[in-house]
Amino acid sequence: MRHRPPRGANSAPSQRPLADTRAPDEGDGVDTSPGISDSIAKTTCYMCACRCGIDVHIKDGKVRYINGNKDHPVNRGVICGKGSSGIMQHYSPARLKKPLLRSGPRGSGEFHEIEWEEALSIATERLSAVRRTDPKKLAFFTGRDQSQSLTGWWASQFGTPNFAAHGGFCSVNMAAGGLYSIGGSFWEFGEPDWDNTRYFMLFGVAEDHDSNPIKIGLGKLKARGAKVVSINPCRTGYNAIADDWIGIRPGTDGLFVFALIHELLKAGRVDLDYLLRYTNAHVLVVQEPGAADDGLFVRDGDGNPLAWDRVTKSAVKGADPEAKPALTGSFEVGGHRCTPVFQLIADRYLDDSYAPDAVAERCGILADTIRRIAAELAHVAFEQTIELPVAWTDWAGRRHDTIKGRPVSMHAMRGISAHSNGFHTCRAIHLLQVLLGTVDVPGGFRFKPPYPRSAPPGPKPSGKTVKPMTPLDGMPLGFVCGPDDLLVDEDGTPLRIDKAYSWEAPLAAHGLMHTVIRNAWAGDPYPIDTLMMYMSNMAWNSSMNTVETIAMLTDHDQEGRYKIPFIIYSDAYYSETVPFADLVLPDTTYLERHDCISLLDRPISHADGPGDAIRHPVVEPDRDVRPFQSVLIELGARLGLPGFVRDDGSARYADYADYIVNHERTPGIGPLAGWRGKDGTAIGKGEANPDQLQRYIDNGGFWHHDFTEDQRYYKMANRSYLDFAVQMGFIPKAEPIVFQLYSEPLQRFRLAARGHGSVLPPKGERQRIETYMDPLPFWYMPCEEAVVDLQKYPLHALTQRPMHMYHSWGSQNAWLRQITSQNRLFVHHLTAAGLGLADDDWVWIESINGRVKGQIKLVDGVNESTVWTWNAIGKRRGSWGLKDDAAESNRGFLLNHIIGDQTSADAQGKRYSNSDPVTGQAAWFDLRVRIVKCAGEEAGFTEPQFERFHQPPHFQPSPDRLSFGAEFRRAREAAE
Amino acid sequence: MTCLPANTDKKLGLVIDLDTCVGCQACVTACKEWNTGGHMAPLTDIDPYGGHVDGVWFNRVHSYEHTTEMGGRTVNFPRSCLHCDTPACVTVCPTGASYKRASDGIVLIDEDKCIGCKLCSWACPYGAREFDTDVGVMKKCTLCVDRIYNDNLAEEDRVPACVAACPTSARHFGDLGDPHSAVSQLVMERGGVDLMPELGYHPTNKYLPPRAQTQRAASVPAKALEPVRAEGGFLGWVDRMLSN
Amino acid sequence: MHPAFSVVFFTTATGAGYGLLALLGVLGGFQVIAPDFWLGFVGLGLALGLIAAGLLSSTGHLGRPERAWRAFSQWRSSWLSREGVASVITFIPAGLFGIGWVSLGHTGGWVAIAGFLAACAAVVTVCTTGMIYASLRPIAQWHSRYTLPGYLIFSAMTGSVLLNALLQAFGAASMAVLAFSLLTTLAGWGWKLATWRYNDRLEIPTTANTATGLAGGTVRSLEWPHTEENYLLKEMGFRIARKHSARLRQITQLLAFALPVLLLAATFALPWPFAAIFSVLAVMVQFAGMLVERWLFFAEAKHTVTLYYGR
Repeated sequence: MRHRPPRGANSAPSQRPLADTRAPDEGDGVDTSPGISDSIAKTTCYMCACRCGIDVHIKDGKVRYINGNKDHPVNRGVICGKGSSGIMQHYSPARLKKPLLRSGPRGSGEFHEIEWEEALSIATERLSAVRRTDPKKLAFFTGRDQSQSLTGWWASQFGTPNFAAHGGFCSVNMAAGGLYSIGGSFWEFGEPDWDNTRYFMLFGVAEDHDSNPIKIGLGKLKARGAKVVSINPCRTGYNAIADDWIGIRPGTDGLFVFALIHELLKAGRVDLDYLLRYTNAHVLVVQEPGAADDGLFVRDGDGNPLAWDRVTKSAVKGADPEAKPALTGSFEVGGHRCTPVFQLIADRYLDDSYAPDAVAERCGILADTIRRIAAELAHVAFEQTIELPVAWTDWAGRRHDTIKGRPVSMHAMRGISAHSNGFHTCRAIHLLQVLLGTVDVPGGFRFKPPYPRSAPPGPKPSGKTVKPMTPLDGMPLGFVCGPDDLLVDEDGTPLRIDKAYSWEAPLAAHGLMHTVIRNAWAGDPYPIDTLMMYMSNMAWNSSMNTVETIAMLTDHDQEGRYKIPFIIYSDAYYSETVPFADLVLPDTTYLERHDCISLLDRPISHADGPGDAIRHPVVEPDRDVRPFQSVLIELGARLGLPGFVRDDGSARYADYADYIVNHERTPGIGPLAGWRGKDGTAIGKGEANPDQLQRYIDNGGFWHHDFTEDQRYYKMANRSYLDFAVQMGFIPKAEPIVFQLYSEPLQRFRLAARGHGSVLPPKGERQRIETYMDPLPFWYMPCEEAVVDLQKYPLHALTQRPMHMYHSWGSQNAWLRQITSQNRLFVHHLTAAGLGLADDDWVWIESINGRVKGQIKLVDGVNESTVWTWNAIGKRRGSWGLKDDAAESNRGFLLNHIIGDQTSADAQGKRYSNSDPVTGQAAWFDLRVRIVKCAGEEAGFTEPQFERFHQPPHFQPSPDRLSFGAEFRRAREAAE
Repeated sequence: MTCLPANTDKKLGLVIDLDTCVGCQACVTACKEWNTGGHMAPLTDIDPYGGHVDGVWFNRVHSYEHTTEMGGRTVNFPRSCLHCDTPACVTVCPTGASYKRASDGIVLIDEDKCIGCKLCSWACPYGAREFDTDVGVMKKCTLCVDRIYNDNLAEEDRVPACVAACPTSARHFGDLGDPHSAVSQLVMERGGVDLMPELGYHPTNKYLPPRAQTQRAASVPAKALEPVRAEGGFLGWVDRMLSN
Repeated sequence: MHPAFSVVFFTTATGAGYGLLALLGVLGGFQVIAPDFWLGFVGLGLALGLIAAGLLSSTGHLGRPERAWRAFSQWRSSWLSREGVASVITFIPAGLFGIGWVSLGHTGGWVAIAGFLAACAAVVTVCTTGMIYASLRPIAQWHSRYTLPGYLIFSAMTGSVLLNALLQAFGAASMAVLAFSLLTTLAGWGWKLATWRYNDRLEIPTTANTATGLAGGTVRSLEWPHTEENYLLKEMGFRIARKHSARLRQITQLLAFALPVLLLAATFALPWPFAAIFSVLAVMVQFAGMLVERWLFFAEAKHTVTLYYGR
């Protein structure tokens, strides 16, 4: 039985206070009970994307101390290196102070300060003209913010389809790979069953996502003696503590997974019962090459996919719980030749090309290791099954006395997503999980609500028609089910500035923020008027090909006007992107604002129940800054966007806090799910509750609902859970979610490439669509690698996120930057020896896109054909409040300079975004390089170098000395 | 008084699990954050935004590559004061600023007595002493003496900041002088070791080695996979399974 | 270890000062050297001056020099405190001896007792200085049986070479003192060579393995806790290239021992004032050489904390 765990994660007997915490009588005059704070405010951290609960101790109006909130479902009292350094972020010298209007050339950093009224008037006037003429000429792209349900809705109300957040260069491969396969995904939207798993496989995880939950989980695995297997070219961080480190060659994870699948299939070690119950393994697929429905499911008149009943020898509804479906064979149904999905899977992956011996060398893994891992997976999944003594009922009403589980779990992130083959690799991992019967079972990988949803979930992206002064008919981002849902015109030209949902990136569920600057600069597919961005460092570490991106931001047309006419940017800090804005709207720090971490967006749910959270101001801003979301809401009102004004034209919401409480996306469903209804007793759906924020504050800044015991597993088919999910508005109907091992939407694109259907790809795109829109996962060499001369560029180059940094933010933090202020290029010592390189040498790292200079560090724990460095340590001089001699801008380097934002020209001379051809996910990790020792006089400093930014008005030089905390001690001693 | 107590009532200290530490730096900054406003406040940072940044930190995490005939492993290694039983950093102190508490064994510095001669840092083999050039005195880990007995904290929070923060549960706290304490038991079970035992400082803090070296690694007694019986190969197997 | 000039100068100067004081105390008090106001004044002044300058210089190493007085309190456990106490106590018999021998021109009796006590206190003080270093287990090159005798020998050496120069300069040359200074210089040379030989062959049981508790194989530093150098590395992470070290050892041998030996040997055969000039030259050359020796003493000493940093 599940017991409520003790308060806080670190509550083992060896982590508790002394049995007697009375101070001993030492007589040394030490004050063992100093006062700490005047008050404690509980809010949500924002030192990275994990959204942990924090207790902020306030002393004399200053932040004295921040620790983890023990009750919070995400971090349960622990806090990471960044979280504890929040003080230094909050008091960063790089904080913007007032709205800025550009006064010098774009990119110089010359600004003058203006009042908010002027700033808002400028923005309103500009955007109002855009909205009156052609709303799509506003491109609104936000970065790593956590308010996408607001920003997306704002864009929709404005009437522009050109909206996305940073997901396109972050995680869309995994999101789409999961959502199109199992209706949920890795990243932070699911988690291993840490309490029950016995075998955990970790693929290329970014250590700044879901980081405390994963760390807490790893601690549990270690305490229980479960086996940890990591598949990662680099042996640092989580990989350092793995029992088995598989130092795979980057981009070959898919091959490795297929070899595991091959072994499991060959040995008959797959969970057929699970496949029949929860997947489309038995669904019949038309097998008639050349036909317009070739490869689609055989369906009945109502559109239900059919299966072949082995007993009645007839086609039956795939979802019929009484059926005895065949998994193999070839049948004729309604005049169609067809075969079950599973037959196609077996045919493909039993092929010798996926045998361990066939992939070993390409993966850089011994075939015996692959066979051993496959055997271990099978052993744990099938010999160490677990059963929780909890009865549950499935969607069809079948009662189960226990919850059965196969304690193999997997987790994956960036190592998969940042390759152009990541979508299919992600699907391959899901396929492996499902074949073993380990998704949402005890010991397996679990969904966090509101997932699972149907695969793919609705709704579709909006933006086919864009009209002046008219909102879109839905949200800009969504999920396509076939060519008909694409946002392209009759010629196949993209309708969105980022070319999302076009033939170049059909399943671009998160948009392609990384293409916006180039496309806007090139006027491809059309020029825009205003680029509005929030919190994304697009002139530096968030863009590929930084040097050219900077040039595009500052490029002029023949009349001397900027090619990207107007840039509005909001950020709290003086990043490398601020100087490229024409109008800067200064944001607050995370301790000065309201936010909601919403179920409509990226909630704080746990596999055992949904949750959401807020931020609320715990200290007052000491500068003339405003939270961006409130500014956006005010802009909405000034522009008269329908959702943001009342009938009389007055502003509907006073600010973001007002919106959080009173906005309803659909009747009864708002940004926050907790304490809804007039009296605050409803969850999920209910009237707005004017007291809602206070209820959150009283509860420590979050709301969390615990599932009943019988709702916690098999959520894709668990009646009690499905009913609850409908009640909460997670899913429209209490129908089972069927895992799509074979993806029919992908096949629809393939059919279009073969000339079937009404929306057809341009001729030049057809081969690409045919190749990549394979309804079953497959492996292909990452796109850039496939065309680069591998003899000339023999090494893979990667970045990893340091656990103590969040992208570029950490370097302005006096504490965090001490940990890493210079990034080295880590090179395997054998590789270095072959190149005649010694530890600490300075080298040129060269790719087909350019070269960057850095210093190397020799290591053993890395794949021999891979070099890597810490992400986003290199900084541009004049940014982030750093001094000119800071290591970040003199010795640290940014790998982005040599990552192309486009692929090499294909046979037709066409260049695509350097992205996954299915989802448009930026392919950061496809990079191939060579390293060359630099000349003696070149050593010691990084290149390329960039002009130093001017400092904004009234910026004080950063201090030479920090004695933070001395004031608290003085106050304590004065009080004594 | 820099003479050592003959024995201490308790031996409070930390146990650090090198098998579980992922090197996330959580303990490092949690320590910095607490202590920069705590008993030894501030933990000064010199040139905090420049090229020669150098701050006072009581806890630092190294990483190493440990290579043996059994293979290689990356080891993250937090390093802080070990609150030794026979700490020469105390006995060398000429002023009585350094001392070891008789009650709980915590090694502390009385800042008001410290002349900043730095000899204690020379005497400490572990690099646990941190000189604050701005104030001119030596500082060091206090084992959060201002937390573990602090009436202003909830009882459950009265543990060192690093232990409270650690996300992987790699840090433990307790009385290592009591063989029945949970930390002592943990050290016994996991074969916890002293650092530089040959120097005879008798550190209180213990380190639990990575389990790869202690043969504690989780093993999966899996037999090699065999292809399914010949008739019809895998698909035949599927049919047989479904017919059963 | 970082060779801070303040400490290098301190140990060199006080070594010579206490050596000279001890010799004056014994030889003066027992009238081996006849009382002579100017000789006594300059001699004792030099001895106490070197001691005072050294002590003053050492306070330059302190973070809070205004609290230096506190250092006298922990003589029961701390060699540094004992050094402080001994160095101050030495001034009492030394002062009395000065009054008796220099001002009053007395010898024997209470002056001899004072001189003897001053000599004893000087020896004790040098011992305490030596023990500060010899007691530090984290630094194997210091924590050896060579360190304490080294301090005593070098003190006697520099003190006697200084005394010889004084006597020569005041025309009160003593062949015994000259011979003694030559012999101690040779002894110092021999001791230094033996020390280096010992240190070069030192097998230090403390390794990166014992420092980290990671048994067997190799332990290689991957990343430091912080990118930039910190106090520990600045204070204790000093590194000297083998090449430089060898060169400086040659310079030490030349300046501290070889040249003084030649100069002192020549002094035997030279008349005044050449004997005096050679003797004074020997002092100056040797003092310079001892500064280099002491610099190396620090620079070549490896603290165990460097193991954590892969140095």
